[in-house]
Amino acid sequence: MAKVEVTPGMFSKSEVAPSWKTPIVLAFFAVLVLVSFGFLGKPGNVDYSLSNKGDIFAVPDFVISSVGINIGLGIAMLVIAGISAALTLQKRKTPLWLTLIAGLAGAFGLLGWLASGKQVPVSFILGSAVVLAVPIILGALGGLMSERVGVVNIAIEGQLLTGAFMASVVGTITHNLYFGALAAMIASAILSMALASLAIKYLVDQIIIGVLINVLVVGITNFLYSQWLSVAGEQVNFPGTFDVISIPYLSALPVIGPAFFSARITVYLTFVLVPLVWFILFRTKLGLRARAVGEHPTAADTVGINVGRTRFWWVTSGGAIAGLGGAALTIGNVGAFGREMSGGLGFIALAVVILGRWQPFYVAASALLFGFAIILRVWANGVAPGIPTDFITMVPYLVTLIAVAGFAGKVRAPAASGQPYIKG
Amino acid sequence: MKLELRGITKKFGSLVANDHIDLVVMPGEIRSLLGENGAGKSTLMNVLYGLYQADAGEILLDDKVQTFKGPGDAMAAGIGMVHQHFMLIPVFTVAENVVLGNEPVNGIGALDLETARARVKEISDRFGFNVDPDALVEDLPVGVQQRVEIIKALSRDAKVLVLDEPTAVLTPQETDELMQIMRELAKAGTSIVFITHKLREVQAVADKITVIRQGKVVGEASPKESASKLATLMVGREVDLKVDKKSMKTGSVVLSVENISVLDEREQRAVDGVSFEVRAGEILAIAGVQGNGQTELAEVLLGLRTSIKGSGSISLDGKVLGHVSVRHHLEAGIAYIPEDRNKDGLVSEFSIAENFMLDGSYGKPYAKGININFAERDRISKKLIQEFDVRTQSAATPAGKLSGGNQQKVVVARELSRGVKLLIASQPTRGVDVGSIEFIHERIVAERDAGRAVILISTELDEVLALADRIAVMYRGKIVGIVDAATSREQLGKMMAGIAA
Repeated sequence: MAKVEVTPGMFSKSEVAPSWKTPIVLAFFAVLVLVSFGFLGKPGNVDYSLSNKGDIFAVPDFVISSVGINIGLGIAMLVIAGISAALTLQKRKTPLWLTLIAGLAGAFGLLGWLASGKQVPVSFILGSAVVLAVPIILGALGGLMSERVGVVNIAIEGQLLTGAFMASVVGTITHNLYFGALAAMIASAILSMALASLAIKYLVDQIIIGVLINVLVVGITNFLYSQWLSVAGEQVNFPGTFDVISIPYLSALPVIGPAFFSARITVYLTFVLVPLVWFILFRTKLGLRARAVGEHPTAADTVGINVGRTRFWWVTSGGAIAGLGGAALTIGNVGAFGREMSGGLGFIALAVVILGRWQPFYVAASALLFGFAIILRVWANGVAPGIPTDFITMVPYLVTLIAVAGFAGKVRAPAASGQPYIKG
Repeated sequence: MKLELRGITKKFGSLVANDHIDLVVMPGEIRSLLGENGAGKSTLMNVLYGLYQADAGEILLDDKVQTFKGPGDAMAAGIGMVHQHFMLIPVFTVAENVVLGNEPVNGIGALDLETARARVKEISDRFGFNVDPDALVEDLPVGVQQRVEIIKALSRDAKVLVLDEPTAVLTPQETDELMQIMRELAKAGTSIVFITHKLREVQAVADKITVIRQGKVVGEASPKESASKLATLMVGREVDLKVDKKSMKTGSVVLSVENISVLDEREQRAVDGVSFEVRAGEILAIAGVQGNGQTELAEVLLGLRTSIKGSGSISLDGKVLGHVSVRHHLEAGIAYIPEDRNKDGLVSEFSIAENFMLDGSYGKPYAKGININFAERDRISKKLIQEFDVRTQSAATPAGKLSGGNQQKVVVARELSRGVKLLIASQPTRGVDVGSIEFIHERIVAERDAGRAVILISTELDEVLALADRIAVMYRGKIVGIVDAATSREQLGKMMAGIAA
């Protein structure tokens, strides 16, 4: 008797070769940089300013011809696209870091093209990207915590808005911004409790509750803003912002010092929360149980895990974190509440959760990408007024496209996401 | 540990799933719970395991009354359960699955996976399970997944181990290994409750048998009783375990499949270069353990799936079936009884009559122009209900309200009434009562005798042996061999594990 021949890996390896999406997208952007920014680019030198005035370790500015650097970067990106194509031919996937390098090179080239004849304040752009990314990161962390236990939370937008409102109002009234931040977290957590109990106990469709919460919060805050905040702004909507804290030594580092280590407490809290959520999710028993509930609730139930309770508290704590993200909008950045000031960041956070594959670090990186895209839009308007704003507005989506191509492959949501658990 | 159930009653609405059930299992005893599908075995065990709350009755362990609010309590009291559908998280490792809910932690509160691995290894070595603690569960074959379930129960010091239909997904060899494991566990003092509807397994391994029918204990039996006696006890009347079959008069080739390969949802080859022929007037059984490509094969024959480009061809009566549409395949003369009637066979909210016209909704006899011909539909429905013995009050009853056996008869009636050349019956008797099984088997044989080609896909070796004229065994998407119906059970078992004849 002979054993039937089973080719090795027949049942584990994909039959289909990795898609050509990655090399094609990489090649497209390489040509874009090479031709549009390089050969057809704007003459003049660009000055990449790597340190701020008064830094202890002043790094000399990096001055180069705008056309030259873009031709160089374009060729480098073409090489990467070539490597990617070669890998695809061998049925291998392009590693993520290679795509990231190409993305960074492209971004660097774009900055050089926009600012030809002017200065690129690298650490200012980085720092602003971080500040702008904070609400997205925190909102996405909240969404991630909720989806990991199987509850789809599309109310992030509403939670950010609630957080922003509460932080501003409570911060102003109590004259203590920490109370403001706390109030933002509590209010947003309460909103999450509503979502969680409706979804878990009463099995209402999670998408519908999410939409309703978003609409409800927009309505309430708009009403209060026009009837109360805009009338008595000085008394209730004038909180100011947290102080900028410079961390000794670290903030003196070139480029990354001013960008990352001279910031408000909301930024530092984000730096702590991302690894903390990761650690709890993947290294503790709480996280193991949470993921079990999100993957296979019945199995979790049969080993004595209370599915409803686990879901409730994870959604609620996720809400608190999203609320902090809302606070970062007002008392962590702008300094006052404005009408619908979350402006779709909550929905970007939703996309970021997926782009970041439900992994805290990837989620934070994806959010940074969006933060960068937003600041780019603002800065480019100032530095290169000739460029149509429509084009600059496209940048975030192009960035997303590169990112999605890089992340292409096995994206797998928690298996029980969005499904209510009904016990027999 | 001694387990005792006293007067357990569990109702779902007006349905009494368990009616005053008493059961005593002594330490080290292997007790079989024998009963048909839907007899209430699984409900009883879910009550024992704390997943359901009993409406009346009590559970005693070593003569002490227990109250279980949830599975956690039952586990803490020493009850372990291996569910029919595994309760494992596919994306977790074996070690993570085993410790879930009972996790060792280190000084800073992080998971101590080292201890978890050691736990798995210790139990795995003790019983010779050969399970890698770091393997992802989704990558393991079902037989190994089942061992992970057993390790999970044992790692929580289960003194009473409940196995719910554990052999449904196993090859005969894996079944033998499982029985060996059960005997060893019993020797070590574990009480085992073994739930099944397969008589042969009961006779092989049980110390004592409790038979359940329609939610009630109808008797106890010794494993030495004859199979027909046990079957009679289980069903409540005389059962004919044999299917009468005339010798076959095969005709020309009806279906010819050449070198077909199919990818599944995960883009892996579920069917891998399969070729076979079916002639008029014969039943070709496709045997094999669940998940070896049978489902995908049936679906590609019906046109629900497409085969890999250029991989081969399917021809019916000499004409090649392109990947046009399912309707094209149906009209070419294929009838299909799907393996999951609730998912693919019926619309449970629709009435029986509406279900009858599902695949003929666009033409005669059910439609007249753009209208439904209600008079004709009612006439046909009445006829089919009578002919196929569907027990229902009227043709207007929603299909979902029928019992499993009657639902299946509705599907069978629809498919067989169309007058086709080829019948594909996929798991035609899964979850069906014995009376309906007999009826459906007779109808399938009648189709063959009427000169149609029949493909019977079944994971139940008993069914395959009872009906088949020839048997093709599938393993990992390939056909290991096509043998005649007289092949021994042991030989088929080996083929189901991939060893060619």
